[in-house]
Amino acid sequence: MKFGSQITQFIGLRLLNLAILIVIAFLGIILWDIVSKGWSTSDWAFITGFPRSGMMEGGIYPAIAGTALVTIITTLFSVPLGVGAAIYLNEYARDSGLNRLVRAAIRNLAGVPSIVYGLFGVVIFVQGMQLGTSVLASGLTLGLLTLPYIVTTAEEALKSVPHSYREGALALGATQWEAIRTNVLPSAVPGILTGSILGLSRAAGETAPILFTGVAFYQRYLPANVMDEFMALPYHLYILSTQHHAITEVRPIAYGTALVLIVLVFVLNLLAFIIRYRFQQGNH
Amino acid sequence: MRYREFINRLMYRLLQLMAVSAVLILFGIFTMLLWNGIRTFEQVSLTDFFFSSTWNPSAYGDAQYGILSMLISTLMVTFGAMLIAVPLGIGCAAYLSEMASRRLRNILKPTIELLAAIPSVAVGFIGIVLLSPLLAEVFKLPNGLNALNGSILLAIMSLPTIITVAEDAIQAVPKQFKEASYSLGANKWQTLVKVTIPSAYSGIIAAVILGMGRAIGETMTVLMATGNATAMPRSFFDPVQTMTATIAIELGEVPFGTTHYFALFAIGAVLFLISLGVNILAENIAARYRYSI
Repeated sequence: MKFGSQITQFIGLRLLNLAILIVIAFLGIILWDIVSKGWSTSDWAFITGFPRSGMMEGGIYPAIAGTALVTIITTLFSVPLGVGAAIYLNEYARDSGLNRLVRAAIRNLAGVPSIVYGLFGVVIFVQGMQLGTSVLASGLTLGLLTLPYIVTTAEEALKSVPHSYREGALALGATQWEAIRTNVLPSAVPGILTGSILGLSRAAGETAPILFTGVAFYQRYLPANVMDEFMALPYHLYILSTQHHAITEVRPIAYGTALVLIVLVFVLNLLAFIIRYRFQQGNH
Repeated sequence: MRYREFINRLMYRLLQLMAVSAVLILFGIFTMLLWNGIRTFEQVSLTDFFFSSTWNPSAYGDAQYGILSMLISTLMVTFGAMLIAVPLGIGCAAYLSEMASRRLRNILKPTIELLAAIPSVAVGFIGIVLLSPLLAEVFKLPNGLNALNGSILLAIMSLPTIITVAEDAIQAVPKQFKEASYSLGANKWQTLVKVTIPSAYSGIIAAVILGMGRAIGETMTVLMATGNATAMPRSFFDPVQTMTATIAIELGEVPFGTTHYFALFAIGAVLFLISLGVNILAENIAARYRYSI
């Protein structure tokens, strides 16, 4: 009996070990495939060049620039709005019906499928506000998608600021807003930054919300202003791997695009990780 | 003094407005979907929309708007994904919280977060270039773009959610429960299976539901890797077209203001309601059991 239960334990714990190994293997295989096959394509000319000969040759510079541009718009829209909402929820809000409603709305917004944000963007930004298919419309749509994530992470950051910081300022006669601005926000900046960067790295990799709000198959020029259409890395990868007339010939370029996209997203994640890490070190 | 008080009041109102905008956005999305989606039913009956499996919006004179086969496709791909992700996810969560050393945990957790960071379009790409040829070879199929492919990819994508939420739930089980179990002579495995996991049950169920929500709403991965055939699937080796993929494929080409256009919003409304339901369910289940000692 005792022996039997020990065998079961041995097998069971090995199975848990196996589960984690399988999940790590998933990540490893994905990264290995993209890095090993995208490596040879992704040189300097690939990153800085325009596509040539119907995207069969050349680089992906406009897609990189487009993704950067749309992410900037997303940032400008969603970070101030999200941080503002988080300040309200953490600093001012009492446990009232309205505030519970706000929290419930944010939790549910986080679960709304990205393609539904795309539909919303088409109706509200592209048509309703007559922005047309543009960087601006796409940036705003991605901003809505990122908003719940930014609110949640910013609120976590504010929550970790000790109460005494606020009380100190209030005791010296500061108004509540002054206490927040001078004593709470500066301490919460690293946490807010970490959350915002992670949220934006997600937005940069999203495809579904920009499909109908502004992304273009191919452009010979960079967008001149925010009302232009733009190329984007994730969409470029989608096109090259499913919609191109010579899918097998452009595969190396698709791999290169996938590698650049993943490197971009991972660099943002690493940045967030470093900020969080250094912040934790500083606190001790 | 009066000026400072004024700024204080102003900021309060401004921040409040920002917070309330989240509610407005959620209601805005719902109203917009309903407003556009409901006009489908000027031409199509509710029964046909939900219970007919023929989706053929471009048929001249006899367009049909039945979403049953894509609804089944979505559920099928999601179900397949959960068959893979639930045991793996719970296993990983148990490993992380009960077995891994603190140091190992600090390495493994960011690694799993990295899996969540991979853009869905890159996962779909892997489905095309790596998984599809593999499935075709193993199961002797003409190509591997089918429901099984989508299920495997969605499993990978929902794993980080399931692992993170389930691990939180397992961590939250009071230490006393486990100590009581050990003191009665149970070993580590018996304690895990008979005490810890059952105690974390509601949190684990919530994790699974949230993972499901992610899988149901995912667009690019299934769009790229499941073959996109609108016929009713008969097995996991059939190509399928999910609800999200249908919107992604067709919204770009459909003329504004047609029944087809509105029908895509009606599909969006169904997706929205499913995701809302999933969220509310997960919250209620997670809130049901909270231990305090």
